[in-house]
Amino acid sequence: MSLQINNLHATLENGTEILKGVNLEIPAGEIHAIMGPNGSGKSTLSKVIAGHESYVPTAGHVLLDGIDISEMSIDERSRAGIFLAFQYPNEVPGVSNANFIRAALQARLPKGEEIDAVAYYKSLYEKMDLLEMDRKFTGRAVNEGFSGGEKKRNEILQMMMLSPKYCILDETDSGLDIDALKIVAKGVNAMRSPERGMLLITHYQRLLDYIKPDHVHVMAEGRIVKSGGPELALELEEKGYDFLKEPALA
Amino acid sequence: MSSTTTLPTWLQARQQAAQQRYESTPTPKRGDEAWRFANIKQLNFENLTGIPAPADPADLISRSVGIENPVAKFVFLNDELIHSKISLADAIICLPLVEAFEKHSDLVEQHFMKQETRLGSAKYAALHEASVRNGVFVHVPENQIIDGTIEVHHWISGGVTIFPHTLIVTGKSSKVRVVDIFHSADTETSGLAIAFNDLCAGQNSRLDYIAIQALNEVSRIISINETSTARDARAKGFVLNTGAAWARNESLSRLEGPGAHSDMLSVSIPAREQEYDQRTFQHHVSEGAYSDLLYKNTLYGHSKTVFSGLIFVDEKAHHTDAYQTCRNLLMTDDCEANSMPGLEINADQVKCSHGSTSAQISDEEIFYLQARGIDPVRARQLIARGFSVEVVERLEDEAVESLVLSYIDEKFNGIAKD
Repeated sequence: MSLQINNLHATLENGTEILKGVNLEIPAGEIHAIMGPNGSGKSTLSKVIAGHESYVPTAGHVLLDGIDISEMSIDERSRAGIFLAFQYPNEVPGVSNANFIRAALQARLPKGEEIDAVAYYKSLYEKMDLLEMDRKFTGRAVNEGFSGGEKKRNEILQMMMLSPKYCILDETDSGLDIDALKIVAKGVNAMRSPERGMLLITHYQRLLDYIKPDHVHVMAEGRIVKSGGPELALELEEKGYDFLKEPALA
Repeated sequence: MSSTTTLPTWLQARQQAAQQRYESTPTPKRGDEAWRFANIKQLNFENLTGIPAPADPADLISRSVGIENPVAKFVFLNDELIHSKISLADAIICLPLVEAFEKHSDLVEQHFMKQETRLGSAKYAALHEASVRNGVFVHVPENQIIDGTIEVHHWISGGVTIFPHTLIVTGKSSKVRVVDIFHSADTETSGLAIAFNDLCAGQNSRLDYIAIQALNEVSRIISINETSTARDARAKGFVLNTGAAWARNESLSRLEGPGAHSDMLSVSIPAREQEYDQRTFQHHVSEGAYSDLLYKNTLYGHSKTVFSGLIFVDEKAHHTDAYQTCRNLLMTDDCEANSMPGLEINADQVKCSHGSTSAQISDEEIFYLQARGIDPVRARQLIARGFSVEVVERLEDEAVESLVLSYIDEKFNGIAKD
């Protein structure tokens, strides 16, 4: 059981190649972190895995527990078990958080089957309590007028409610103060499970103080250039990305 | 007017004069400023058969579904009252207009169609005045607070024209909410409604008026609203358009005293070949008053909307706060939204803004919902519904919001099946 990325290449619509052969395997039960400088392709990788249509996959495959999801639409991938926590979550005016998450859960049910409202709210409130989110967030429009920290917490709330097999967190730590970071980490750690793999994309080692990864990868120029244990993150923090001595990074 | 009722003399005289005015007023034509971008052909009513279709009143009454436990409910079929149920304090007048003409002639005369119709449909306002047969008269005396909602259903059956009239007068520090719902008895017959609502909000009163237009898609409606808002009064007018082949809404709000507050709200969801044409006028007569207009259109298919709005601040209306926003959400490449916001300020120290936007749902918005497992069709529907909900929430009454949303959802469900 794993999320497997084999030789993934992707370009922008204008032909510029961003991913230049990414190889990565995230087995269920493990947390992997990808670090790397701006423009290295980290966020693009997360979007390509999720199926974003602004990128054209030109070679390679993404396998979810052995099943190739490369031809699936964005929503099919989500229902198959991929979750992307956005770096900049969108606002959805006029759609309450509770209704939004409910619609996402409803989309996973067979036609004609309805969500049990009582059980739904019970589960929602439990998770909101864990993330220290006020109950008023259920009635507020998705992310509208939310602070940066509230938006990130809301991403984790959705992730907890949808209970995906593989979670990709794109710079979830950016814009968070230390208290918010701790709460977000608490949510992510609560999701740790032998059945679930996670990929954290981050600039900073700080997040990894609170969510301990099993493996750390460094991405540069559209490829994974170095992999190692948690100590690699500390090394990067200390020496900066230059220590990789990739001329292209200079 | 019903033959058993004797009309008050003043009304007879006004109806005669109105008939003459109707006949002498030219039909709007292309190039008239008030009908810019309008489909003038819709003013040709020759295809109406004029023949009412037999309809089962019991059936229509059972189909007149609204909120739970309204404080009063009326059902009209081709302007004839077929059902009423009223549970209001004796001091409050809430009657079919025909009865009010008889019992409260002076009171009705004081308020009935007092403002000049100036947004283009003067001819049709005259026809309405000459032809009005029924509707509802609500008069809430000083300090009377009605917490519930008065609900009025208007059914058109057959190729006829109805002239429903809603006259609401609130006394000092009183409160009322009225909902008008326009329906067609069948889906195939072209009918016409020339409707008028007169809202007179007295000092420090609160008057909410909601119109739900859900006629069949071969019918037409001209709906004229005139609101006057006295010192410290708050009037809220809301229009929902989901039905009709063509709807023309004219809404004029006059702010007549300091502290007066007028909310002008609308949600329109045209699809297929539907056309909605809306003209508004925020008239600041008094100093220190506030008006806020928010109109939202979600356009599908080959539909078309026109919005033309003017904020007009009189010379002495200093310290005016006036806002006007029209937003269009374009769901197809073939729809057409025309917006003409306008502002004329003749006073000092005013805060005014006006603007209109037209946009499509962005790929990034859809991506976010899809990334949560929601298919793109449903994602677009959720976003479009949310766009309307932002206006509906300003009604600030859960029961009425649910009612309005039920019509919005019915419309979206119909579009999804297309």
